[in-house]
Amino acid sequence: MRPDPGIIAKALAAACESLRPGSAADAVGGITPSFVASPSSVAEASAVLRAAAEQGLAVIPRGSGSRLEWGAPASACDLVVDTLGLGQVIEHAVGDLVARVQAGARFGDVASVLARAGQEIALDVPATATIGGIVADALAGPRRLRYGSPRDLLIGMTLVRADGTVAHSGGKVVKNVAGYDLGKLLAGSAGTLGLIVEATFRLHPLPAARAWVTAEFPDAGALARAVAAAANSSLVASAVEVHWAAPAGPASVGVLLEGSADGVAARAGRMAGLLSPGAAAMPDDAATRAAVSPTAPSWWAGVPAPGDGTLLRVTFWVSALERVLGAIDGAARQTGIRPVVHGSAGAGLLYVTVPGPAGPAKVAQLAGIVAGAIPAGRGSVAVVAGQARERRTSEVPGAALMRSVKDRFDPRGRLSPGRTFG
Amino acid sequence: MTVSLGGYGRSPGGAVAALVPALTGIVGAANVITDPLELRTYECDGLTSHRATPALVTFPATAGQVAAVVRECAGAGVPFVARGSGTGLSGGAVPREDGVLIVLAKMRSVLEVDPVARRAVIEPGVTNLAVSQAAAPFGLFYAPDPSSQVVCSVGGNVAENSGGAHCLKHGFTVNHVLGLEIVTPSGELAWLGDGTGVPAGPLGYDLLGAFTGSEGTLGIVTKIVVKLTPAPEAVHLVLAGYATLADGGRAVSDIIAAGIVPAAIEMMDALSIEAAEAAVACGYPDDAGAVLLVELDGPAAEVEAELATVREICAAAGATEIRAADDPAQRAAIWKGRKAAFAAVGRLAPAYIVQDGVVPRTALGDVLARISALSEAAGIRVANVFHAGDGNLHPLVLYNDAVPGEAERAEEVSGAILDACIEHGGSITGEHGVGVDKSRYMPKMFTAQDLDTMQLLRCAFDPASLCNPGKVFPTPRLCGEIPGHRRAPHPAVVAGEAEIF
Repeated sequence: MRPDPGIIAKALAAACESLRPGSAADAVGGITPSFVASPSSVAEASAVLRAAAEQGLAVIPRGSGSRLEWGAPASACDLVVDTLGLGQVIEHAVGDLVARVQAGARFGDVASVLARAGQEIALDVPATATIGGIVADALAGPRRLRYGSPRDLLIGMTLVRADGTVAHSGGKVVKNVAGYDLGKLLAGSAGTLGLIVEATFRLHPLPAARAWVTAEFPDAGALARAVAAAANSSLVASAVEVHWAAPAGPASVGVLLEGSADGVAARAGRMAGLLSPGAAAMPDDAATRAAVSPTAPSWWAGVPAPGDGTLLRVTFWVSALERVLGAIDGAARQTGIRPVVHGSAGAGLLYVTVPGPAGPAKVAQLAGIVAGAIPAGRGSVAVVAGQARERRTSEVPGAALMRSVKDRFDPRGRLSPGRTFG
Repeated sequence: MTVSLGGYGRSPGGAVAALVPALTGIVGAANVITDPLELRTYECDGLTSHRATPALVTFPATAGQVAAVVRECAGAGVPFVARGSGTGLSGGAVPREDGVLIVLAKMRSVLEVDPVARRAVIEPGVTNLAVSQAAAPFGLFYAPDPSSQVVCSVGGNVAENSGGAHCLKHGFTVNHVLGLEIVTPSGELAWLGDGTGVPAGPLGYDLLGAFTGSEGTLGIVTKIVVKLTPAPEAVHLVLAGYATLADGGRAVSDIIAAGIVPAAIEMMDALSIEAAEAAVACGYPDDAGAVLLVELDGPAAEVEAELATVREICAAAGATEIRAADDPAQRAAIWKGRKAAFAAVGRLAPAYIVQDGVVPRTALGDVLARISALSEAAGIRVANVFHAGDGNLHPLVLYNDAVPGEAERAEEVSGAILDACIEHGGSITGEHGVGVDKSRYMPKMFTAQDLDTMQLLRCAFDPASLCNPGKVFPTPRLCGEIPGHRRAPHPAVVAGEAEIF
C-alpha cells in the first residue's frame, strides 16, 4: 500500500527546502518522478534521504543528468535527488595538490578554479558533467592510460546512505590506508549504493606542453602493433587512442605526450619515429609517416557523448587488440553494421558506436562475435547505452559478492532500482 | 611493551583439533603444524609487540586447497588468518589462538608475464621484487616498492595496499592491481576484476578496489593480476644536505610548486642520519641537520630539465651540499643510508616504536615542531625519517624497556604524534595499516557512522566474522540479518553450498 502523496510531500518538504513536483523533463527510463529535491547542504541531503527511507521511496541521484539512461533502465523512480545545489569547491590545498569538492560542482567550473594554480584533476570528461556523476559513472577519457579513472584519483569521499546516514572514508591526504576505502566502492556504483555528496581528489600539475603524434594504418594488425609500441614505450604516453570507421575506413592511432616544452618536442619526435615505416615494430609498408601536432586530431574524443546510436564498451588485455579489431571487422561484414570504433586502445578499452536503429538482434550478434575474440575472464563486451541495453550482471565476475554488498547498503533496493542487482 | 593475546604450549583446542583430520586430508600431514614449539614461529609478524600463538598452521599450495581449508574453518566456526611473508608492521597477520593460520608461502609462482598487455599473473606468495625481476627482460617493472620488497609478498601488499618510497609519483598497490582471485570467507573462489582496469558488464562494483587494503578481513587472495610499467628511460637521484629540517622542507615545497612530481622525496633528521652513518657508512654530509633525497624518473628529455630545476631549488633553499647520481650503483649507495635508517636507529636504543602518521604535506613543519616538543617534554628521543613528498612520517620513538616507565612514556609520545596528525587533517597510517596496533585510534579519525558503514562492506563479505577478526576495527560487530526481501536466492544457497545468515 502506497502512503498518501500529501504525507510524502510534507515529509520531503520538511527535509529539504528546495522541493518541487517532477515533470516529464525529469523522467528516467520513461518514469516521471513524483518529486525532485535539490538539497543545498550535506545535512539536507541526509534529511531528504532519511525522509525518503521512511516513506519507502525509490530514489535516483542526479547530477547533470546526461547519462541517466546509461546502463540498465530504471524500474522505479519516486524521487530524483538533484545534486546541483551542492556545487562548491570546498577546499583547494594548492601546496598539497588536493581539492575537496561537492558532488554537484560541474567539472568545467572546478577545472577553472584549479587551473588558476596550474593544477588539474587528470580526467578528460565533459565540462558540464558533475563531480558526483563522474565518480558514480567512473567516467574517464583518453588519459586513463596514465592516470586511471576517478577511483585512482579519489582520496576521500562523503556519502549519504539509503537510510540518510552520513559517512566518510579516506581523508584529504594522498597517502592513507586507514579503514576500508568506500570511495572505491562508490566509484562506478551509478547511484545504487549511496548518494555521493563530496569527493576529495589528488591533483596533478597542468602540463606546460602537449603534443599529439598521429599515424594511419592500412589494417588492424599494424594498428595493434603501433598501439602496443606506443603504450609500452618509456617515452611515457599519457594516452594512446585509436579511431577506425570499420570495416573499410582508415585506422588511426593518436598518442598524447605531456610535459615540458622541450621534453615534449623531443619525445614527440621519437614517438613519431616509433610509429613510422622502418621502426622495429612497423613493417616498411605498414604506415605513412607519423605526424606531430600541438593540437588533437579531429577524431580525438573524451568520454562518448550520449547519442542516438547504440554504444558498446569493449575491454580486453592489449595483447588481444588485434583479435578484437579483427572480430569487429568480421562482425561488421557479417551484420552489415557500419560501426565507428574509438577509444583508449592502449589501455584496453574501445567504444563501438552502432549508428541509427540497427536492431537489438544485430547488436547482440555483433557483441557476441566480439566477445568471442576476448580470452575468457580477460575482458568483456557490454551494451552501455542505446538500443538493446542489457543487464547481464549475473555474468560479471564477483556478481554474488556485489549483490551481497548491494543488499547491505540498500536492503530495500530503493536506490536507482533496476540499474543493477535488484 | 608486549601485548600477549594468550598463553603458549597448548595443543589445539576443541574446534580446531577437530579440524586436523580434514585439513590433513586437504594439504597433507607435512603441511599442517600443531606442534606448540613450531607454532611459536608464527606468533607475530613484523610488529613484535603483538603476539598470539595460532592453534594450527597450514601451508596450502593451491587456490583450491585454500578454499577447502577456509570451507572447513567456516563450517566449524573457526576463525582464520592469512599470512604472507609476515613483514607487516601493524600486527595485521597476528594469528588467533583459537584459529587457523593459513600461510601462503608455498604459492610463489609467477604464472604468466604478458609484456604486450603489460600484465603479470602471480600467486600471492611471490615477493614484490620477484615481480619486477620477472618483468625486467621485457623492459617493464612493478611500480609499488615497499622497503621490504626483497621479502614481502604481493599478497600481503594487496592486503595492506602497500606504498613505498616511489608511490608519490607511481601510486599505491591499489593502482597497480587489476585482478584478484580470492577465496571468500565462506570458502568460495571468486574473481574481482578481470585485469583490464574497467568493470566488466554494464555495471559492476569496484570490489577489487575496496578489497585492496582491507587487511585480510574480506577474504584470502590466491591469484593477482598486476599492471607492469615501462621501465623509466632515465633516473636521477639528488641528495641535498641542510642545516635544519625547515630548510629542507622549503626545498620540498618549492619543488612541488614548480610543478614537478618526483618519483620520491625522502627526508631524514640529524639523529637518523647519525644512526645510518654509524650503521652503513653512507657518507651523508657531515653535521647535516637534515638530508633530502629527491629521485626523478621518466623520459630522458624531461628528467634532464627537471634535474636542473631541482638542483637550483635545492641550492636556493640553502643546501650545504648537493650531489647527483644517475648510475644504478651510485644511486644505490645514496639510498643505502635511507633504507638502513629503521634498523640503524634501532641500534641507538634497546627498543623503539615506528609510527606511520600522515599529514598534509604543507603541515609537515608544524607537526615536526610538535614532535620535537613532545620528545623534549617526555625525555624520549624521536628520530624522524619521512616521505616528505606525501607527508607520510615515520617517527622512530626510542626507549629503554629496562627503565621502568619508559615504555609507557614512549607509547604516550607515539600516541600524541598520531593525535597531532589527526588534528592536522591527516591519517593514523599511510602504509603500514591499522591491524591490531592502531585499531584503537580509528574512532579518533572516523565517526561511529563511518565505521558502521565500513562494517556493511565487511558483513557483505564475511557475515560470520571469521576472516582475520579483531583487526582494523576497534570493537567486534555482529552483522545481523538484512531487512527487506531478497529478489533471488544467492547462487550458493541454490547450490546447497551456503545458508543465508
